[in-house]
Amino acid sequence: MYQAIVFLPLLGCIVAALISIAGARARHPGADPAPGAEDHATDLGPHTGGGAPSPHGDHAVIHHATHEDHPVAPPAAGSRAAELVTTLFLFVATVLSWMAFYRVGFGHQDSREVLLAWIYSADLKVDWGIRVDTLTAVMLVVVTTVSAFVHLYSIGYMEEDPHRPRFFSYLSLFTFAMLMLVTADNLVQLFFGWEGVGLASYLLIGFWYHKPEANAAAIKAFVVNRVGDFGFALGIFAVFMMTGAVDLDTVFAQAPSLTAKTIDFFGWHADAMTLICLLLFMGAMGKSAQFLLHTWLPDAMEGPTPVSALIHAATMVTAGVFMVARLSPLFELAPNAQAFVTLVGATTAFFAATVGLVQNDIKRVVAYSTCSQLGYMFVAMGVGAYSVGMFHLFTHAFFKALLFLGSGSVIHAMHHEQDMRKMGGLRDKLPVTYVCMLIGTLALTGFPLTAGYYSKDAIIEAAAAGHNPFAGYAFAMTVIAALLTSFYSWRLVFMTFHGKPADKHAHEHAHESPWVILIPLIFLSAGSIFAGLPFKELFAGEKVAEFFRESLKFGPDNHILHDMHGLHWSIPYIPTVMMAIGFLVAWQFYIRRPDIPASLARTQEPLYRFLLNKWYFDELYDLIFVRPALWLGRVLWKGGDGRIIDGLGPDGVSARVLDVTRSVVRLQTGYLYHYAFAMLIGIAGLITWFMFAGSH
Amino acid sequence: MSPIVEMPALLPALPEILLVVGAMALLMVGAYRENSVQLVNGCAFALLVLAALVVYALPSGRIVTFGGGFVLDDFARVLKILTLAGSAATIALARDYQAAERQEKFEFAILILLSTTGMLMLISAADLIALYLGLELMSLALYVVAASNRDSIRSTEAGLKYFVLGALSSGMLLYGASLIYGFTGTVNFAGIAKAAGQGGLGLTFGLVFLFAGFCFKVSAVPFHMWTPDVYEGAPTPVTAFFASAPKIAAIAIFVRAPITAFPEITPQWQQIVVFVSIASMVLGAFAAIGQRNIKRLMAYSAIGHMGFALIGLAAATPEGVQGVIVYMGIYLAMTLGTFACILSMRTSHGLVENISDLAGLARTKPGMAFFLATMMFSLAGIPPLAGFFAKYFVFLAAIKAGLYALAVIGVLASVVGAYYYLLIVKVMYFDEAAEPFERMPGLLKVVTGVTGIFVLLFFVYPAPLVSAAAAAAKSLF
Repeated sequence: MYQAIVFLPLLGCIVAALISIAGARARHPGADPAPGAEDHATDLGPHTGGGAPSPHGDHAVIHHATHEDHPVAPPAAGSRAAELVTTLFLFVATVLSWMAFYRVGFGHQDSREVLLAWIYSADLKVDWGIRVDTLTAVMLVVVTTVSAFVHLYSIGYMEEDPHRPRFFSYLSLFTFAMLMLVTADNLVQLFFGWEGVGLASYLLIGFWYHKPEANAAAIKAFVVNRVGDFGFALGIFAVFMMTGAVDLDTVFAQAPSLTAKTIDFFGWHADAMTLICLLLFMGAMGKSAQFLLHTWLPDAMEGPTPVSALIHAATMVTAGVFMVARLSPLFELAPNAQAFVTLVGATTAFFAATVGLVQNDIKRVVAYSTCSQLGYMFVAMGVGAYSVGMFHLFTHAFFKALLFLGSGSVIHAMHHEQDMRKMGGLRDKLPVTYVCMLIGTLALTGFPLTAGYYSKDAIIEAAAAGHNPFAGYAFAMTVIAALLTSFYSWRLVFMTFHGKPADKHAHEHAHESPWVILIPLIFLSAGSIFAGLPFKELFAGEKVAEFFRESLKFGPDNHILHDMHGLHWSIPYIPTVMMAIGFLVAWQFYIRRPDIPASLARTQEPLYRFLLNKWYFDELYDLIFVRPALWLGRVLWKGGDGRIIDGLGPDGVSARVLDVTRSVVRLQTGYLYHYAFAMLIGIAGLITWFMFAGSH
Repeated sequence: MSPIVEMPALLPALPEILLVVGAMALLMVGAYRENSVQLVNGCAFALLVLAALVVYALPSGRIVTFGGGFVLDDFARVLKILTLAGSAATIALARDYQAAERQEKFEFAILILLSTTGMLMLISAADLIALYLGLELMSLALYVVAASNRDSIRSTEAGLKYFVLGALSSGMLLYGASLIYGFTGTVNFAGIAKAAGQGGLGLTFGLVFLFAGFCFKVSAVPFHMWTPDVYEGAPTPVTAFFASAPKIAAIAIFVRAPITAFPEITPQWQQIVVFVSIASMVLGAFAAIGQRNIKRLMAYSAIGHMGFALIGLAAATPEGVQGVIVYMGIYLAMTLGTFACILSMRTSHGLVENISDLAGLARTKPGMAFFLATMMFSLAGIPPLAGFFAKYFVFLAAIKAGLYALAVIGVLASVVGAYYYLLIVKVMYFDEAAEPFERMPGLLKVVTGVTGIFVLLFFVYPAPLVSAAAAAAKSLF
């Protein structure tokens, strides 16, 4: 059963890939793509995707007209088959996953099976294996459910794109890699899945490869993740160095014996567990877009919206959270590393929320919101409330995927307009989407009884109850972030659905999305409401130990889940109050007095600019890393390779050869006496040699 | 009572006698019979082949005659056959050229015969007198053939330059011979070896002057200056002759004299050979790059190849000598094949000699382009062609003798040298086609084909040349 869950998406990926290749072959039989055909096909990209809030908006109607006059390039034969096969496989996997969830979570039937031997080299033994415990089962449910709905949604969203088989192939490839990641039984397989999702993310962000911004964003995502993965790989190496194994059971068994050990490196005596955990967490920071390594996530919105929902909201970006939870036996032994995790998570939660306040691109608001919520999860991980972090991961997957897909529905309806300032009043036109977005927003802001209410409040309580040095900071940051979250979420809703239409034409042509798009929204809305209460006890209540058992490790001094219930009576109400304040401020700003935001932006110009430019991180990195790297590359290319290696190497040698040739040829004057002179010089030289050096 | 002058055994010198007598007879035929050029050429060719057969058929073992001045051993046999093959091939190459250029002179073949006689004597020389006699007989005929195109300024200039410088080198050689005689009291190689002992500066001086004469004949640096001018100026068949048979004879005496006469002072002459070898390889490689004329290019190529062959002599071991002989055998085939192609570079305006004239040959004459490319790859030493094995044997001998620097420099020089050989291939295969050449004469086709197949398939069955060279090398030690 578990093998079916993991490998059905791979099968779907292969089928769709074959259809895609066959389609490409059929479209350009036996030759290079005809430029005309390719142009026509690629013409769609900007319309379907919509990158920068660029001139499209003003001409949306015209674009729409052209769409209907000129039917798009015919999709490859078999596109429908590719969609149906991958989507069907994913739904089968989803059903199986829920069965697995029940069996493992409540039936307590953990499973561990070895599929294949992979690497056997001296001490290094790595197998392909599938490990299913409660932690994995939770992730299986999240990944397959969201992925299945995103597949279904994409059938509608991507209907105008001629490269659909390729898109679905990538989606299924991503799902396979993610499942490989969560079922990994050893660190190397985890790393395989980790890189696999990175690859799929790269491919999907750059799906519209003719858009320069998409390519740049894809490369940015890949490069920033390399920074994190470098730390992750070093962490795996350090684990292998200290324990001689990479499979999780052996590593966990040996971990307690490492607490007093150090890793000596260039005269540093680093505490082994702290160093290992920090290095591993570096990987998590990259993948989960935490503070300092977050810059790729907003740019990743260049990809198609379903991709944003699946990869950059619900699943891949939570891999870092999952990894910390999976390695909780290690982190429990490294309190300093835990404190760092708390610090980074809290900072990210606050930072991303502030940036989200002023963004105008609907997808970027949701992206920064994701970043912020991931920070919440890491706060929970940092204070040792692993199950609470997993709870938020679980609920967040539903409502954030819902918000993304809802935004996608709006974008679809507005003919690929993403700038919220050009929307407004869409509530009548898109009633279903509106209701779904409302539910998603309520869940995100933590409205009582929704899923987000339980998980987010639990995190804030955990931060309040935490004992590590940054717990107080984390509590403050998460509370403020809750206020900001509420504000920007309602701002999004008000700007998009309420008020007067900013663009009459676009508004008139807006239309509700087809059912294939709405059905996933409705199901995810249900999830956003009902994923909270029924699971509260399992993730953050009395049943945690029984539900998670061995898959999460709470140290002997870790009583965080117990302490959460002994807090001051007022603390559980703080987040709700914050949410209400945020809502009221947003209502005041965008419904009652729509002129306030503009005047505030004017009076607080520096702050506004600071937030609008995302704390100037991109500019800073550009200055610190990108430019010096380009400069260094140019120096090494022009100077090192061109001037030194080529200059002294091939070019230099051949130039010297020609110099020698010229001078030698010049010796050949044609005059007899020169020739005779050369002979005499030769003989005189030889004799002189023998007179002074040659003879013994 | 024995007679004052004992009649020496003449049988070992039968090939030489045959050639001299034949040359005299053909001279009479040429002088007294009209339009006898083809007849004389044919007979000369037959005589050379016959002489080679006689060399092959003569009794084996080491035979000394003429008072110890003439020796017939395996070394002499192998090199004589190679020399005779070179001379015979030259006559074959010359036939169509003479007809086309209206230079049908019967003297050409007779001079070749006389020169070849000198070469055979040189190869068999076992004392300084016989050495000088053979050398001068060879050279005098060469001076004349170099200038054989009397109406051409370049040809006469070439002959004159060669004569003046050749006289200078002969003088040096004679001076060296007299020094050696003065310090040892004998002219016989074996006697010199006994009397030389550990040598001395005077003897070394003599050796240097003697070597200067040899170096001139093999056109080794710094006694090479005549080569490009003479190669370019002389009629092409004469150039082909210069590049083949005399080189073999000169290398033969270059090997025989030091190994048999100066075994005790090997380190001294080894230094000279190493220097000359390096200088030749490097100059041959570098100077050839600047050439536009293919005959001049072949001159520098010859200088370079003599440098490679001398690597084997520098080793001063049986393997080294074997390497030299293999090298000369393969070099002979490559040179003859290349010159057969050069002689076919004839457009409607006459013979052309520039590398650029070969442009696009692969399209106009694919067969000729293929064989010329084969020769060029082989000259550059690219496996599995014969030229690679030639270099392989001498480098191997040098490594075994501990001459690592020499081997490394040799390999580097061959890298530089590869450039201009490959440039010709590039011009033939990738450049826009130039004016097409006329049909290749049948005889040239035969020479090209035979040498081409030898070069291409040498690696399949190298035993005949390699084992003969091994036996020849052994007979010197």
